[in-house]
Amino acid sequence: MKEIKVDIAVVGGGPAGLAAAIAAREQGADVLIIERDFELGGILHQCIHNGFGLHIFKEELTGPEFAQRYINRVNELKIPAKLDTMVISISPEKEIIAVNKIDGLLRIKAGAIILAMGCRERTRHNILVPGSRPAGIYPAGLAQRLVNIEGFMPGKRFVILGSGDIGMIMARRLTWEGAKVEAVVEIQPYPSGLIRNQVQCLKDYNIPLILEHTVIQVHGHQRVEGVTIAKVDEKWRPIPGTERFIECDTLLLSVGLIPENELSKAAGIEIDPKTKGPIVTNFLETSIPGIFACGNVLQVHDLIDNVALEGTRAGEMAATYISRKLEVAESKISCLPGTNVGYVVPQFISSRAFSDKITFFMRAKKPQRNVYVEFIMNNQQIYRKFTKFALPSEMIKVNLPPLKDFAEKISDITINIIPKGEEGQ
Amino acid sequence: MTEEIFDCCIIGAGVVGCAIARRLAQFQLKTAVIEKGPDVCCGTSKANSGIVHAGYAAQPGTLKAKFNAAGNPLFDQVCHELSVPFARIGTFVVAITDDGIKVLEKLYQRGQENKIPKLQIITDTQKIRQMEPSLTPNVTGVLYAPTGGIVSPYDLTIGLAENAYVNGVQFFFNSEVVGIDIKERYKVIQTRSKEIKTHFILNAAGVHADEISRMVGLDYFTITPRKGEYILLDKKCIELNHVLFPIPTPISKGIVVSITMEGHIFLGPNAETIEDKEDKSTTTEGLNEIIEGARKLVPDIPVNEAIVTYAGLRAVSDNNDFIIEPTKVEGFINVAGIQSPGLTASLAIAEYIVELLENLGVKLSVKPNFNPIREIPPRFATLSNEERHQLILRNPDYGHIICRCEYVTEAEIKAAIHRPLGATTLDGVKFRTRAQMGRCHGGFCTNRILEILSRELQVPIEQISKKGPKSELIVGKTKDLWRITVEGN
Ligand SMILES: Cc1cc2nc3c(=O)[nH]c(=O)nc-3n(C[C@H](O)[C@H](O)[C@H](O)COP(=O)(O)OP(=O)(O)OC[C@H]3O[C@@H](n4cnc5c(N)ncnc54)[C@H](O)[C@@H]3O)c2cc1C
Ligand SMILES: Cc1cc2nc3c(=O)[nH]c(=O)nc-3n(C[C@H](O)[C@H](O)[C@H](O)COP(=O)(O)OP(=O)(O)OC[C@H]3O[C@@H](n4cnc5c(N)ncnc54)[C@H](O)[C@@H]3O)c2cc1C
Repeated sequence: MKEIKVDIAVVGGGPAGLAAAIAAREQGADVLIIERDFELGGILHQCIHNGFGLHIFKEELTGPEFAQRYINRVNELKIPAKLDTMVISISPEKEIIAVNKIDGLLRIKAGAIILAMGCRERTRHNILVPGSRPAGIYPAGLAQRLVNIEGFMPGKRFVILGSGDIGMIMARRLTWEGAKVEAVVEIQPYPSGLIRNQVQCLKDYNIPLILEHTVIQVHGHQRVEGVTIAKVDEKWRPIPGTERFIECDTLLLSVGLIPENELSKAAGIEIDPKTKGPIVTNFLETSIPGIFACGNVLQVHDLIDNVALEGTRAGEMAATYISRKLEVAESKISCLPGTNVGYVVPQFISSRAFSDKITFFMRAKKPQRNVYVEFIMNNQQIYRKFTKFALPSEMIKVNLPPLKDFAEKISDITINIIPKGEEGQ
Repeated sequence: MTEEIFDCCIIGAGVVGCAIARRLAQFQLKTAVIEKGPDVCCGTSKANSGIVHAGYAAQPGTLKAKFNAAGNPLFDQVCHELSVPFARIGTFVVAITDDGIKVLEKLYQRGQENKIPKLQIITDTQKIRQMEPSLTPNVTGVLYAPTGGIVSPYDLTIGLAENAYVNGVQFFFNSEVVGIDIKERYKVIQTRSKEIKTHFILNAAGVHADEISRMVGLDYFTITPRKGEYILLDKKCIELNHVLFPIPTPISKGIVVSITMEGHIFLGPNAETIEDKEDKSTTTEGLNEIIEGARKLVPDIPVNEAIVTYAGLRAVSDNNDFIIEPTKVEGFINVAGIQSPGLTASLAIAEYIVELLENLGVKLSVKPNFNPIREIPPRFATLSNEERHQLILRNPDYGHIICRCEYVTEAEIKAAIHRPLGATTLDGVKFRTRAQMGRCHGGFCTNRILEILSRELQVPIEQISKKGPKSELIVGKTKDLWRITVEGN
């Protein structure tokens, strides 16, 4: 079995992995990207809509254009990439086993590893949508791939369950292709994707968004013939008498993304049950020293720009780690989600970072207006930031000033989202 | 009309039909299997619990009891010959009350009457929890049946069919039997597209067996479908070493928590009598019932790890037992009402059919070149890294993983298509290779498998289906819909 030694191995060549590889290379590390697809760029190749890059490039790019900027830089820096190569295991000793047609199995010994495997879509079965199992039920991202890359139409009349971004974007895309999108059906009282997409992809095309409803039955033996939807109560139970049949030949699901962490779990990396991604410190280091994570494998982002920025940071941290400048933490403090906070990343702050500014990402559990994001330590509010909206669909980013400015005795932090006027109670 | 006359035609390519086919392939007979689906194992045989029952549950004296007890011991050899994974992991019937223990004692007695070996009641709850750590702390005792096992029912059915096929049995797919004419010397089986002549008919049509029987004028039983729904969870989401049954109900063995040969955990089935024999849909009520039932055995069952839900139909006859017998219509044999434990019984039923045919005067001469062995292509997922490496050097397609969740390579998918009785549909690939069966459920590989099927079968991608005609996935190229609208105007 062939053996390769590198400073840093990056698993996955999507925007997160590319940005990480570039940053690490720019710090002088010797980097290898391992990508299972035949090209770099990840999911972005099928995201042919625009809206990417506003933060980083101050331009509106399409997914492939955004990816190409990073691919060009990877080429300039001559970062090697093993394409058509899938990682099948990672060990805590940072040994990777990968497979491809030419080398067979490859053993890659790395000084540090950056996990950038992205995510997968939740399926109909994950959310237990009952009914028959005919052809014509797809996760929205699969339909996106079929239409945008392979040039095939997976149906003519669609119902989309879930108002995730991919679903809404596909509603518009399919309409452009001459298909009829009967409705986007969402179980919550608000859409789960970005407001921008709700306006530009649904409203502008008169596609009904039916809130507080779900699909309670799929019909059809061979091919989907329709779905029955019903209104739900607060506990998401269908309300009898509200059932309604919608004829369609295809049901798309856009009900959320799950970080793809099977490799991480098998390596023994600790996973946060809330994010389904690795638990990381503010250095994006996982529970195994020298293994870092970024992008959608760490937490499901809603903006690619944040994916790439997180990649850049992971790359820098991994490079610092292999140059032995990432000092081992003496201790760590926990950052815990509190009132109306679904999750927080990073989950830990290293004692080595008490004099650094820390960037937090979090999601609200339910929508609220005019709120403070407050940080509580030792029962005291140490910092707060006002924000006009806290929506589950839009990740909240807060920069916390250095902890050592706040307290002598630094201990665990709880983060709450509370309406203005109720803070610090 | 083909002029040849078959000796035996089996209607239905479920586990029962295929077990009979393989057994008959050992003799110098012209045998055919006629199946309405596009593949073998389209009916109940693909959606059941896959448990090779020990045999204590069936009422003594019934055919169920007889063929269960006789079928179970046959699995080791047959599965070995066919390279079908099978494991006697043992089954538990779990009591959670003192009354429950009394039921275990009754079951134990019944097991003795059915001559089931090695049964044991364990009431040392510490020992039980050691054997099965995820089990409810409320357990008061279990009936342990070490001869109970698990098998993948579609692996078995496909294995039986392939082996029958390579030994000379013909298979007709997409061939729904719509009528049977009885001539003086033979019978004519009518499908929508052809007529097949045969001397003997073995009716193994599952839930439709009563309709087939009526086609020859025998209206002496009805089959009522009784639906059972399932939830399959991700691999290793709990530790499980045995099949867990609750105390049985009057109509079923109850909602089990069990494990597949691949390590997936599954919950189910419930039992609901329905009317529509095609209705394999799952329901909110059914799934909730399963979850509730499963929690009684394993309180912390992680339902959010669900990968797939599905349902199968038990073929329940009027007297609730198997109907395996020659009939007033000479040469027409019913193998009907094969509900649970039909999978376990299938191999023994096939043995019995041979006996029946012999008694009916059929000359059974052994085929000297019968080959009982079925070789299967290596499975990447189950090999060691060194074996994988060597394999890829010999066949680079093994280096291309198509299904990322189950680690299924392009080589395996191609082999599944080009094998004897190979896959022609997405489901065919799925049940032969496990591609699309993992946690993303085809989200990432469906398009690639479509492409491979289209390329290897040399048919346009628009014609590739999930499970036969009218279940095609692709309706056309992009922009086609506009073309249709414009032309239509
Ligand atoms: C089907 C789908 C459709 C999506 N559509 C949109 C959209 O329309 N708009 C949007 O903004 N976001 C979309 N997303 C979200 C998407 O994850 C992010 O946009 C973005 O691509 C995340 O970047 P990433 O680098 O973290 O992951 P990805 O872009 O997914 O990149 C991960 C890369 O890792 C590779 N990889 C994974 N595992 C291995 C392994 N074991 N060995 C080798 N390589 C591996 C993958 O092949 C992939 O190239 C979609 C996600 C999915 C799953
Ligand atoms: C919920 C459930 C759980 C079970 N669990 C177990 C278990 O754990 N252990 C066990 O031993 N048994 C179990 N069983 C029972 C077992 O699954 C069945 O007994 C067995 O699969 C029956 O096989 P079969 O070949 O008779 O029927 P099927 O597999 O249904 O095959 C019948 C075939 O006939 C075809 N057919 C029908 N009509 C026509 C026609 N007109 N023309 C041509 N072809 C036709 C169908 O398409 C089908 O392929 C379970 C059953 C159910 C429903």
